[in-house]
Amino acid sequence: MPRPLLELEGVEARYGPVKALHGVSLTVAEGEIVAVLGANGAGKTTTLRAISGTVRRSGTIRFAGNSIGGRAPEAVARLGIAHVPEGRGTLSELSVAENLRLGAYVRRDRASIREDERRVLAYFPWLGDRRNQRAGTLSGGEQQMLALARALMLRPRVVLLDEPSLGLAPKVVAEIFRIVGELNEREGLTVLVVEQNAILALQAASRAYVLEVGRVALEGGSETLRRNESVRRSYLGY
Amino acid sequence: MLLAFDWTQLAQQTVIGLSSGGLWALLALALVLIYRSTGVVNFAQGEMAMFSTFIAWSLIHHGLSYWQAFFLTLAISFAGGVALERVVIRPVERAPVLTVVIVTLGLLFLVDGAARWFWSSETRTLPNAFSTRPITVAGVAFSIQDLGNIAVSLVVVVALFLLFQFTKLGLALRATASNPDESRLVGIRVSWMLALGWGLAAAMGAVSGMLTAPALASFDQNLMQPVLLYAFAGAVLGGISSPFGAVVGALLLGVFVNLIGTYVDWIGTDLRLPVALAVILGVLLVRPAGLFGRASARRV
Repeated sequence: MPRPLLELEGVEARYGPVKALHGVSLTVAEGEIVAVLGANGAGKTTTLRAISGTVRRSGTIRFAGNSIGGRAPEAVARLGIAHVPEGRGTLSELSVAENLRLGAYVRRDRASIREDERRVLAYFPWLGDRRNQRAGTLSGGEQQMLALARALMLRPRVVLLDEPSLGLAPKVVAEIFRIVGELNEREGLTVLVVEQNAILALQAASRAYVLEVGRVALEGGSETLRRNESVRRSYLGY
Repeated sequence: MLLAFDWTQLAQQTVIGLSSGGLWALLALALVLIYRSTGVVNFAQGEMAMFSTFIAWSLIHHGLSYWQAFFLTLAISFAGGVALERVVIRPVERAPVLTVVIVTLGLLFLVDGAARWFWSSETRTLPNAFSTRPITVAGVAFSIQDLGNIAVSLVVVVALFLLFQFTKLGLALRATASNPDESRLVGIRVSWMLALGWGLAAAMGAVSGMLTAPALASFDQNLMQPVLLYAFAGAVLGGISSPFGAVVGALLLGVFVNLIGTYVDWIGTDLRLPVALAVILGVLLVRPAGLFGRASARRV
């Protein structure tokens, strides 16, 4: 197996005095979709936040071989790590077009940014018609897709996708996962996705980690995990 | 009675109101700029503007022309604003709002004290930026100074609008004001954007101060205290979260205060500040979000 693109080793994180991660280790290889499953409060969101630097963390986080555990969020983003936070993560007061432009904020290659915008909008065609609409006026599902589209404008090497299904209708969620799958297949997009909906997540991902109270309780291929008795009972519900 | 009404006076007083309202608008914009990015009213904004005006005075005193001093002071004020944010505000960036408010209050006294220490408290004068000669438009005489003040305010407001609306930097500044956490996730150096906002605010205050001083017979370190109050009232009237509202609010207030001072005898020049305070109180009671502000709902 080639060296993983993203590597966490014994990562701990805390919110003030409260420790949320007690040593999480996981890897994501280039071109992979990896899911993080777990109950509420298991540390799924915190794991992504530890990577992007939006929570205080310790332990080893390596990206493309370099340690990034001490970097601020803006520096992590500049490495090509696009974090789509829980709760959409669009800048609601700004327009759709401005959100997309911000996605490419750290890039200097103007011509290819325009080219990327066309390419990204091909996945979300309706976004193009709403360029001037304020992001806050979009529906929840549309905002989630805008957040994903904005992340793609970074030309990310990995996308950290936090709970894309949160509060959305099943049909919309399915559409989002379909697009993520398509991006992975066609463009080799690497994704680390946190998800409550284990059924969908295990369909999209090739591998998954199950977190319990801030630790990795289980890991393995999606197929194996789907057959695992405790995963079935706790997260799949059958 | 209607025939006897002096329309010339009304036109003149309206322009005078717009002239001072324009200068209040610049300081109001400075307040709004910082309020939007930090959620805090910078109580030191007026004293910072006063300090800038004293710098301009010193430069002119050392032989620079008014406009040379004007632009040099702008640059110095911008750098000073950035520096103040880095040194004084940065350490409390993540602190509760009340802490930051207290820090800006402390800054008020610090800047005021520094100005009194550097420049003794004797009164001084600033040369006029524009000719004091009147100009006659459609039979009504206006002072060139008032028209000049309005023009400069307009230029600053438009320049700021263009910066915010049509540049990448402006977009990043707006993103930062709208949601700093998510702005960092797209790679914006939010902390520097806040410092930049302080620089811009300080520069706008400097313009306000440097145009306010020449209109007065003399000025001292109390120069900007009434202006800050008027600016605050204007910003509250227009909606403290809305840059557009702050400008319109300050202009309206300028005209209103000047007209009421002209036509209502017992208000005269003495009771203008209380009128502004009454406006603040009235707006906060009737329409807390101001004319153009959006009411902020917070989920608890």
